[in-house]
Amino acid sequence: MAFDYAPYMRMSKLPHLWCPGCGIGIVVKSLIRAIDRLGWSKDDIAVVSGIGCTSRAPGYLDMNTLHTTHGRAISFATGIKLVRPDKHVIVIAGDGDMVAIGGNHFIHACRRNIDITCIINNNNIYGMTGGQYSPTTPHGAKAATAPWGNMEPCFDLTKLAMGAGATYVARGQVGNGVQLERLIRDGLDHHGFAVIEALSNCHTQFGRRNKLPDPMQLIKHIQDKTVPKSKAEKMDSAELAGKFVVGELFRDTDRPEFCDEYAKLQQRAQAASKKKTAVPVA
Amino acid sequence: MAKAVFWTGNEVCAEAAIAAGCRFFAGYPITPSSEIAAVMAQRLPEESGTFIQMEDEIAAMGAIIGASLAGVKSMTATSGPGFSLKQENIGFACMVEAPCVVVNVQRGGPSTGLPTHPGQSDLMQTRWGTHGDHTTIALAPAYLRELYLEMIRAFNLSEKFRVPVIVLIDEILGHMSECFEAPTPNEYTVINRVKPTCPPEKYNPYEVQDGELVPTMASYFEGYRFHATGLNHDKTGFPTTHPIVCHQDEVRQLAKVSHNRAEIDSWEEVMVEDAEILVVSFGSTARGAHSAVLEMRKQGVRAGLFRPITVWPFPDEEVRRLARKTKAIVVAEMNLGQMILEVERAAHSDIKIVGCQKVGGVPVEPYEIVAKIREVA
Repeated sequence: MAFDYAPYMRMSKLPHLWCPGCGIGIVVKSLIRAIDRLGWSKDDIAVVSGIGCTSRAPGYLDMNTLHTTHGRAISFATGIKLVRPDKHVIVIAGDGDMVAIGGNHFIHACRRNIDITCIINNNNIYGMTGGQYSPTTPHGAKAATAPWGNMEPCFDLTKLAMGAGATYVARGQVGNGVQLERLIRDGLDHHGFAVIEALSNCHTQFGRRNKLPDPMQLIKHIQDKTVPKSKAEKMDSAELAGKFVVGELFRDTDRPEFCDEYAKLQQRAQAASKKKTAVPVA
Repeated sequence: MAKAVFWTGNEVCAEAAIAAGCRFFAGYPITPSSEIAAVMAQRLPEESGTFIQMEDEIAAMGAIIGASLAGVKSMTATSGPGFSLKQENIGFACMVEAPCVVVNVQRGGPSTGLPTHPGQSDLMQTRWGTHGDHTTIALAPAYLRELYLEMIRAFNLSEKFRVPVIVLIDEILGHMSECFEAPTPNEYTVINRVKPTCPPEKYNPYEVQDGELVPTMASYFEGYRFHATGLNHDKTGFPTTHPIVCHQDEVRQLAKVSHNRAEIDSWEEVMVEDAEILVVSFGSTARGAHSAVLEMRKQGVRAGLFRPITVWPFPDEEVRRLARKTKAIVVAEMNLGQMILEVERAAHSDIKIVGCQKVGGVPVEPYEIVAKIREVA
């Protein structure tokens, strides 16, 4: 039987505002299936976003949802998680939102290893504002603000996350929803800051300018660029040039999680203050 | 039993916030407000609260809004440049109607300015700093015991009207120490946001009953599963571009403050009833203005002081009433003419209104205000 997404969605808010064939739908559906597999209650989940196409996702999810300012989703999510460490906090964002304007919050959340799951729909472009190049637009690709080809080098989001200290890092792609669901599920289940990059298609703004205007054509292009981790381990660097390794790329279960550490700090502070105010026994 | 305390203004901000029920603080180091964060880092874990030093000012503002939506009273503290950085998220707090408190310990100068010296140049930014039409409540106490009570009032007003409230002090108040009796809980009330009583399926996060202006506020994870967005939205919380709905919602948000002035406004009057010369001054500058008025009275000049404690909304009606019976007004402030614009607007009169203004990081001295009063007397 086909999976029923309706119980997790605000069906009255459909139709959504994304273009037909947009990859964000696949990411959102993968997230819903992952949550369903974990059996989490909708009441216990907060989904936080910033600004952009991907950031409109929380509005369609029947959970505790927050659509914040551009790039700042993680900072709002940090406030939510710190006061309710017992609940599940998910951030969903696009590439421009998360690693351009939101880059500072991203690396510091990785460093803190706070138990938030961060899903990045990386479609290599600013879609909503009209196709400007982002920090993940490939070198040489065209964009509204790169009519002569993008002269800037781009980020590898997974390396950025690993370098900054995230304890679960994975990359999936919208051409493989089954794998993406598993990677998101493992990220949600991981106790620490989890980053899942989903290579995604924006045929409207990216594809149209780069000879890939059809969604299936662009998704095929993304699939062709990816290599499963097991296969990549047997390839040399020349063979891996220009390829994106997909799968679980990094996991560390030993590093302490931020909220756990803060709870310990509270205990220490309370024990010390009790001692300070205790009346000495005669 | 009342407890005598000898605290700096920054310590007062932190202790009063905890007394008001604040259990979450997110901040970023900035002079001259940093001690507020330091005290919160020490005290909040003792009170089962949470302190975090964020990666920047913007993140600190975001984090306190997140904590507020999750049901916890929250606050941040900053100064000039940090206050500028927070503006976008202050507007977001207005839009989603998230209660929170922002302390701005003002320093001198524009840009990096005079980080270790006082100023009062953020008065207009406090009102108009974030883009779009929005409402502002800002409290500017002048004495440390008053600061304690105004901090509690800031939390109360933010909870009651679901708005960010700014506490506007300056380096003088932040770093000076005063000995006073710490207010005991029977001297103030602590107000908490009104939660919905309807079942979750009936809850609309921005719906108000007839004759009311402030919607009830559920917290995340309580079963209400609402949506909050900085986009213009309807009563359900979801985005809309419907012109009438957008217009009415913005008007309602402003009315939360404009229709509740009796509860929000606060000021002190010193010998104003027979005053020929009225001095208007706020915050630390008003302390000097008070001395100047007493000095003038000694010399036989009928001077009086009007000191707004709630600076936004500005107490227009009271200034207008007093302007009708005075010969001239002197507005003393540590900037190059900000409150004077409000006094001129409110007075709406041909009487002489002059400024006693100074920047450069040193206080306006009583003798300077005395000289100004003599000039117009």
